[in-house]
Amino acid sequence: MSNTSLTNSSLFQLSQMLANKAISSVELTQAFLNRIDALNPSINAYIALDKDKTLAQAKAADARIAAGSAEPLTGIPVAQKDIFCAKDWQTTCGSKMLANFIAPYDAHVITLFNAAGAVNLGKTNMDEFAMGSSNETSYFGGVKNPWDFDRVPGGSSGGSAAAVAARLCAAATGTDTGGSIRQPASLCGFTGLKPTYGVVSRYGMIAFASSLDQAGPMAKSAEDCALMMNVMAGFDERDSTSLNRAKEDYTRELAKPLHGLKIGLPKEYFAEGLDASVATVIEAAIAEYKKLGAEIVEISLPNTGLSIPVYYVLAPAEASSNLSRYDGVRYGHRAAEYTDLMDMYNKSRAEGFGAEVKRRILIGTYVLSAGYYDAYYLKAQQIRRLIAQDFVEAFKQCDVIMGPAAPSTAFKAGEKVDDPVAMYLQDIYTISTNLAGLPGMSVPAGFSNGLPVGLQIIGNYFDEARMLNVAHQYQQVTDWHTQMPDLTMPKDIA
Amino acid sequence: MEWEVVIGLETHTQLQTNTKIFSGASVKYGAEPNTQACEVSIALPGVLPVLNKEAVNCAIKFGLAINAEIAPRSVFARKNYFYPDLPKGYQISQFELPVVGKGAVTIQVPAVGKNAAYEKVVNITRAHLEEDAGKSVHGAVEGMSGIDLNRAGTPLLEIVTEPDMRSAAEAVAYAKKLHELVQWIGICDGNMQEGSFRCDVNVSVRKKGSDKLGTRREIKNLNSFKFMTQAIEYETRWQIETLEDGGTIHQATVLFNPDTGETRAMRSKEEANDYRYFPDPDLLPLEITEADKARIHAQMPELPEAMKARFEAQFGLTGYDAASLTASRELANYFVATVDKGAEAKPAANWVMGAISAKLNAEEKPLEDSPVSAEQLASLLKRIADNTISNNAAKQVFEAMWNGEGEVDAIIEAKGLKQVSDTGAIEAIIDEVLVANAAMVEEFKAGKEKAFNALVGQAMKASKGKANPAQVNELLKKKLTA
Amino acid sequence: MALSIEDIKKIAHLARIEVSENEATTTLAKLTGILGLIEQMQAVDTTGIVPMSHSQDLAQRLREDVVTKTNQREEFQKIAPVLGNGSSEKAVDHGLYLVPKVIE
Repeated sequence: MSNTSLTNSSLFQLSQMLANKAISSVELTQAFLNRIDALNPSINAYIALDKDKTLAQAKAADARIAAGSAEPLTGIPVAQKDIFCAKDWQTTCGSKMLANFIAPYDAHVITLFNAAGAVNLGKTNMDEFAMGSSNETSYFGGVKNPWDFDRVPGGSSGGSAAAVAARLCAAATGTDTGGSIRQPASLCGFTGLKPTYGVVSRYGMIAFASSLDQAGPMAKSAEDCALMMNVMAGFDERDSTSLNRAKEDYTRELAKPLHGLKIGLPKEYFAEGLDASVATVIEAAIAEYKKLGAEIVEISLPNTGLSIPVYYVLAPAEASSNLSRYDGVRYGHRAAEYTDLMDMYNKSRAEGFGAEVKRRILIGTYVLSAGYYDAYYLKAQQIRRLIAQDFVEAFKQCDVIMGPAAPSTAFKAGEKVDDPVAMYLQDIYTISTNLAGLPGMSVPAGFSNGLPVGLQIIGNYFDEARMLNVAHQYQQVTDWHTQMPDLTMPKDIA
Repeated sequence: MEWEVVIGLETHTQLQTNTKIFSGASVKYGAEPNTQACEVSIALPGVLPVLNKEAVNCAIKFGLAINAEIAPRSVFARKNYFYPDLPKGYQISQFELPVVGKGAVTIQVPAVGKNAAYEKVVNITRAHLEEDAGKSVHGAVEGMSGIDLNRAGTPLLEIVTEPDMRSAAEAVAYAKKLHELVQWIGICDGNMQEGSFRCDVNVSVRKKGSDKLGTRREIKNLNSFKFMTQAIEYETRWQIETLEDGGTIHQATVLFNPDTGETRAMRSKEEANDYRYFPDPDLLPLEITEADKARIHAQMPELPEAMKARFEAQFGLTGYDAASLTASRELANYFVATVDKGAEAKPAANWVMGAISAKLNAEEKPLEDSPVSAEQLASLLKRIADNTISNNAAKQVFEAMWNGEGEVDAIIEAKGLKQVSDTGAIEAIIDEVLVANAAMVEEFKAGKEKAFNALVGQAMKASKGKANPAQVNELLKKKLTA
Repeated sequence: MALSIEDIKKIAHLARIEVSENEATTTLAKLTGILGLIEQMQAVDTTGIVPMSHSQDLAQRLREDVVTKTNQREEFQKIAPVLGNGSSEKAVDHGLYLVPKVIE
C-alpha cells in the first residue's frame, strides 16, 4: 500500500490495519509526519509539532495494541485544534498573547483522546481565539485551502480543515462557536460535526463565547466522525454545562435506511445571498436524498436573518469578559516596557491581541456597558429565544433540516479581511444552530468551479447519531467525500 | 442645625467550607503564597467553574435564619473589572437574582450615657454568593506588588442591609449581632483578624427630618468593631463639617487608617466603575427547592430568637437576661449545660453573665477556654442551694476553681468554708454575742433597727463567716423578740 | 446610537487596550459598520420574551465540598511572563506574582 492511500484511509480501515498488525502506529504516524514535513511549510496547517512526543505516543499505542487492550482509535494520529490545552504542548489559540504558553494541564477532550490511545500529531492553526471565518486572523499566519492555495480554508478551525483535506492527519478536532467546524468543512470538502451544546466538555478548551462554543470532529466521512464522537463525547463534572447523559455509540444508526426520512428545507436558506452555483449543488444533493427515499418538506426559520446581529452582540460580549484573564500577570504576553500597572495592562493587551480580537473585545465591552445593556445584550438574548423557537416549530414538521453550510465556496485570501461585516455574513447558515444549541454538520456534496461545496444537516437536540446516519447513507451512494485535492508531493514521499 | 447619619452595611462573610466556591482547592488560612491557587484559582485558559454545594447550603442556612425569601432560582453574574488580585478579570457574583432576598435582624443597642438600651429591627436587602479576590502583598520587591491567589475563589456571602441604622452604636450592634448569628448557624468562623468577617459601611448625612438620602461614602474593609465605631464617627463628623463649610460630598470609596483614626478616598477607585454585569454563561441558574430548604432546616440549631423566648418561658428569665445569654451560641450552651447539671436557672444565669463573663473579659479569654466548666459551676450552685456554703463563700470557691485548685467540695473542705447550719451551734454563738453586746441589744429594743444588722454582723464575725446568714437572722430575731 | 471617538477611547480604557489616535479612527469606522449590522435587532418587538442565556433549560449541577487540588505552584509559575522593563527574569518572587505597585 502506498503512503498516500495509507494517509487517505478511513479510521475504520486504519484501525483494522493496526489491529491485524499490517502496520504499526509508529509507521502510520511517521507517514503522516512525512507528509506534514513535505506539505505543511506551504499549507501552514500546524502551529506546533513535536515529533518526539508524537512518536512516543505512537510507540505506547503499539505496546497497547500488542497487549491486546486497544480501542478503535488506539494508534491513530489525530490533529488537535490549538484551542485545546494539552499538557507540555505549546497552546497558543492562534494568538501572540499565548505564543509562549506551554499548557500545564490537559483539556478534557485531550484526556479522552489520550485515554483512547490516539496519537497527538500536533496543534493546528486557527483564527486568533477562534474569531474569524478565514483563518486570516491567526498570529501564526493564514492557512492555504488545499484545493486552491490562493484561497482560504475557512475558519476558525482552518488548520484542522486544511489538515484533514490535505490528509495531513487521519482526523482532527475543531470547535464551532458560529460555524467554525462546518464552514471550513464546506470550504475544504470534508465532513464536520458540531454536536449539541453540552455533549463535549469545554474544560480546557480556551473559551471564546462560552454559551455557544462546542467542540466536534472534523474527518473524511460521517463514519469517521462517529468514531471520533465515540471518544470526544461524554459527561465531565468539571464543566457545569456538560450534560450528564449515558455514553452512546454514535455508529449505531449508520446503516439505517433513510426511507421515510423527512427533510425540512428552510426557505430562508435558499434566498438572496446564496451563491447560485452553491444552490445548484445543494439541490442536486437533495435530489439524491429523494432517491434514497426521503420526503421533502418546505419549512421556515423566519428569524434566520437576525442570527448574525444577535451573534455579534452575544459572542463579543462573552468574549470581552472571557479574554480579560489575558492581562500579562500570571502567564501569556507581558509588554517589554511599561510605566505602571495600567500601562502594563494596556500595552500587554494591545500588543498581545490582533486587530479582529480587539474589535470584538471592544464591541463586547460596548454592548455590556452602562446604558446599552438593555438595548443590545438583553435584546439579543430575547431574539435568541425567538431563533431557538423557530427550530422547535420546524422540528415538528421534519426529522432533519438541510441547506448550504456556507453561502459561497472558498474565497480568496485577503478578499474579506478588511471588511468584517462581509466576513461575518459567511456564518449566516451556521450561527443560528449555535444560538439554539443544536447539532449541525457539513457533508461534501459536490464542487463548483473545482471548489468543494458542503451540505449542511441540522438535527434536533441529541440527534447526532441520526444525523451521522443521514450523512453516511448519502456517502454510500456518492463519492464527493473521497475526493481529495491534487497536491504535488516530492517523489520519495508520494 | 441638627444632622442625622444614615448607615447601611455590606458584610462579606467567608463561608466555612473545605474548598473554594468554584474549585476543589483548599481554603485553609495561612498557607504559603499561591500553594492553594489551582488552575481555576489562577484562571488558566480553558478552566471552568463548578459551584460548591456547601456554599449554597450556607446561603440557605442564612436565609432561613433571618426569615428571608430564598430564591427558587438565582443567577450568577460576572462583574467585570481589572485588578491584579482578580485573575479572570471578572468576579463571579450574583447581581439581579441573588440567592437570599429580603429578611430582618433584631438588634439590641446597648445603653450609652443617658440613652437607655433599646431593640431595633434592621432590614436585610439581600445576601448573595460570590468569590473572594486574592491578596496584594507590598514591599517584598522594590516598586512592585506581589500577588497571592490563595484566597482567590474563597466563598463569600455578601449580606446587604437597608440604610436603617442611625448611629455608630446601631451599626456596631448590628455588626456584632450578625457576627454572632453567622457563627451560631455555623456558616462562618467569625475570625475578623483573618478577614473571615469584613464590613463595608455606607455613611451619609442629612438634616434631621429630611427623607432624602445624602450622598454616601463607602468605608471599605473594616475588620474590627472598634475601628468601625471610630471610622463611622470620624466619617460622620467629616461629612457634617464639609457640608457646614459649604462643601459637597462626592460618592467615594474610602479607607480607614487606624493609626490616624481618619478616612481617605481610595486612589484606585477614583474612576467611575462600569462593571458590565451579565449572566455567567459558564453557570446555569441555581435552583433551590422546598425540599432543599427543609433538609437544611432540619440540620439547623435552635436560633437565638427562639432560644431567647424559650428561656423566658421555661426558666422565667427576664427578656434582658435571656437576650444576654443568647448573644452567642457558646454562652447559651454553657448556660443550658449548667442547668442540665442540676443548677437552678436564675442563679445559673446570674453566675454565667456575672462571674464567668467578668473573668473571661478580664483575662480576654473565649468561653471555650474557661477553667470552670458548666458542670463545675453547677456543683458550686448546688452547694449554695443546699446551704452548704454561703454566697460569699461561693465566690471564694469559684476563685479557687478558676485558679485550678480542684473541685468544689474539695475546696470547701480545704478552706473550711462549710456553712454552720446547726441551730444549736448558732444559738450558742448568738447567746455569746448578745451578752457581749448588751448596749446594742438595748438600742434595738429602743427601736433602732440598725442595731439588728450590727448584731447579725457580730454573730457572723464570731462564726468566722461560716454561719448560715439566714439562720442567724431568724434565730436572732426570735431571741430578741422573745 | 452613533459611536464617537470618545466612546472608542472609553471602551478601550474599560477593556484595558491601548489605542493610538490613528487606531481609534480606523476602529471607529469598523465598529460603526458592525453596529449598523447589529441595529437590525431594534426592529423586532421583543416585549414579554424571556431572555435566553443558555441553550439548556437546566439547573446548575453542584460539586461536593471535597479538596481535590494539590499544590502546583512550581508548575504554574514556570509559565509566568517575563518581568520586563529590562529584566529577563520571570515575574515571580517567593511564590508571588509580581506586578507594578498596586496603589489603593
